[in-house]
Amino acid sequence: MYVAVKGGERAILNSHALLEETRRGDTAHPELTLAQIREQLGLAVDRVMTEGSLYDPDLAALALKQACGDVIEAVFLLRAYRTTLPRFGLSEPVDTGRMAIRRRISATFKDLPGGQVLGPTFDYTHRLIDFGLAGTADRADAPTAPTPVDDSMPRVTDILDSQSLIESERPEPDERDVPDITRDPLRFPAPRGARLQNLARGDEGFLLSLGYSTQRGYGRNHPFVGEVRLGEVAVEFVPEELGFPIEIGEITVTECQMVNHFKGSKTQPPQFTRGYGLTFGHCERKAMSMALVDRALRGRELGEAPEAPVQDEEFVLYHCDNIQATGFVEHLKLPHYVDFQSELAMVRALREAVAKATSAPSAQETADHA
Amino acid sequence: MHEPGYNFAYLDEQTKRMIRRGLLKAVAIPGHQVPFGSREMPLPYGWGTGGIQITAAILGRSDVLKVIDQGADDTTNAVSIRRFFARTAGVRTTERTREATVIQTRHRIPETPLTEGQTLVFQVPIPEPLRWMEASERETRAMHALQEYGVMRVSLYEDVARHGRIAKTYDYPVTVNERYIMSPSPIPKFDNPKLDRNPALQLFGAGRERRLYAVPPYTRVKSLDFEDHPFHVETWDQPCALCGSTTSFLDEIITDDAGTRMMVCSDTDHCTQRRAEAEDAEPMRRVAS
Repeated sequence: MYVAVKGGERAILNSHALLEETRRGDTAHPELTLAQIREQLGLAVDRVMTEGSLYDPDLAALALKQACGDVIEAVFLLRAYRTTLPRFGLSEPVDTGRMAIRRRISATFKDLPGGQVLGPTFDYTHRLIDFGLAGTADRADAPTAPTPVDDSMPRVTDILDSQSLIESERPEPDERDVPDITRDPLRFPAPRGARLQNLARGDEGFLLSLGYSTQRGYGRNHPFVGEVRLGEVAVEFVPEELGFPIEIGEITVTECQMVNHFKGSKTQPPQFTRGYGLTFGHCERKAMSMALVDRALRGRELGEAPEAPVQDEEFVLYHCDNIQATGFVEHLKLPHYVDFQSELAMVRALREAVAKATSAPSAQETADHA
Repeated sequence: MHEPGYNFAYLDEQTKRMIRRGLLKAVAIPGHQVPFGSREMPLPYGWGTGGIQITAAILGRSDVLKVIDQGADDTTNAVSIRRFFARTAGVRTTERTREATVIQTRHRIPETPLTEGQTLVFQVPIPEPLRWMEASERETRAMHALQEYGVMRVSLYEDVARHGRIAKTYDYPVTVNERYIMSPSPIPKFDNPKLDRNPALQLFGAGRERRLYAVPPYTRVKSLDFEDHPFHVETWDQPCALCGSTTSFLDEIITDDAGTRMMVCSDTDHCTQRRAEAEDAEPMRRVAS
């Protein structure tokens, strides 16, 4: 009995074996391949890469497979693997202005240079279950546009910037001095770079709800989607021995630039302000939420009185990481016998004290009844 | 032999060096929380990632490691962390407190007194003792810097006013070296006196919160209290049902549906050693089974 209460090594090993069996499911059905996950569950793969902060679709697909489709568990696997990788240095800033566009929309201008490019989106689908997909149907290739998308696809914020209608983006004093939140502990106030890194790997659901709260009056900041763009960008790196940038690869990213109202302050004229979101792969909801929260967190810098949770930097940045959150919430499953024992002893002592206090006057009564 | 493909004790040497630098600072300023670049580990936050990183950073090939959770070597989490280091560092592991050079613990300090040269590594969930009074990290850091500990005193006094006693039973705050107020991690207050002037080096790691702190050997550690409400530890009115100890922390084991209780040592090694000694001394006597 006594031994059974405490876990044992064999129990853990058996549990691992059972988990493996459960993961595989009924072996009458063929096993998923990584290519199937990567190609057909691409948005899950993208989310795992973004929150896992590691760009590797095959590894993310493998993590999803190993995690039985549990996205946060898959993110966790990717993060733990990422820790073991050496860091060679910082890439050059990625230029999203030179992105090979697959999708680019703006909600602030009806038409703009380069036009609106819908790309692959659920936006205008009717959410009717497609029973045809239950089987394996051949699909027709999507038609190709008669003309390729414009080479010149300026960012909407750049257009506003050229007219000084939006705050200009101030680069960090030393571009090389980019914080790395995976190495350095957070300090407050956090520089914007650290904040954006934090939000970029933050939980989509948490940021979605926080962003949503700003639209419902908790830290309102009047947002417009200046632009959402999806596509491929080149990553460049300057090896020390070469001294000039070389292209080391291409990644897919989603970028969202929110344009927000700002009525001006003593030092600044009325103008639009920015909120920024960037993710690996196609994570539009996340990029938009991130941009809303980024803008909300700039309140202090812009002289706005903080009044809502989303404007509280420590609250948001300390709680948006789902690996930290899930770890600490789920650790409640670990044994707490000792602490609970101490609490039990205290509750019993307090109850005894209360019982003694209330029973003292009625002691005579009890004796009479006896 | 350790797991191929990974460095000795999982972390790369640069990371270990960074952690050791943090630990040196922590030892130099007893009880002060040192921020460090906590890494993401293959075990979840809340499972002891801070302690695991410290252990990984200080472990050498000749070390003998003991891991306990709730005082026991056989709880699932202790088993899992011990396996992790057996796998990634290939070091010798033990359940005997006396044999270990490094002991990683969650929620207890072993009953067997520690000696010079041993290191006790605590897993810490919330390193900030003032967190329950002040949510902001910026504020609490300033409060420590200025030794502004009034809120803690008031909080303890509120307990006295409401319950007639200080009602904190675990994670009971202490003053280290007459300077910093420190969280001893969620050990029962029963263990607090063991922190004081302990010959072993005591290191604390909070992975999620990215903080390290330390109590060097023989450092004064005082549990907070009031003159008229002095600190005292919990006692039991019955001995351990297995080894008969009257001085160890006892866990309550429910043995049937009617709620019948049995009290046994939470420190499994201590209990086992005592039973072995009793059996050696009196081979004919059957110890409670």
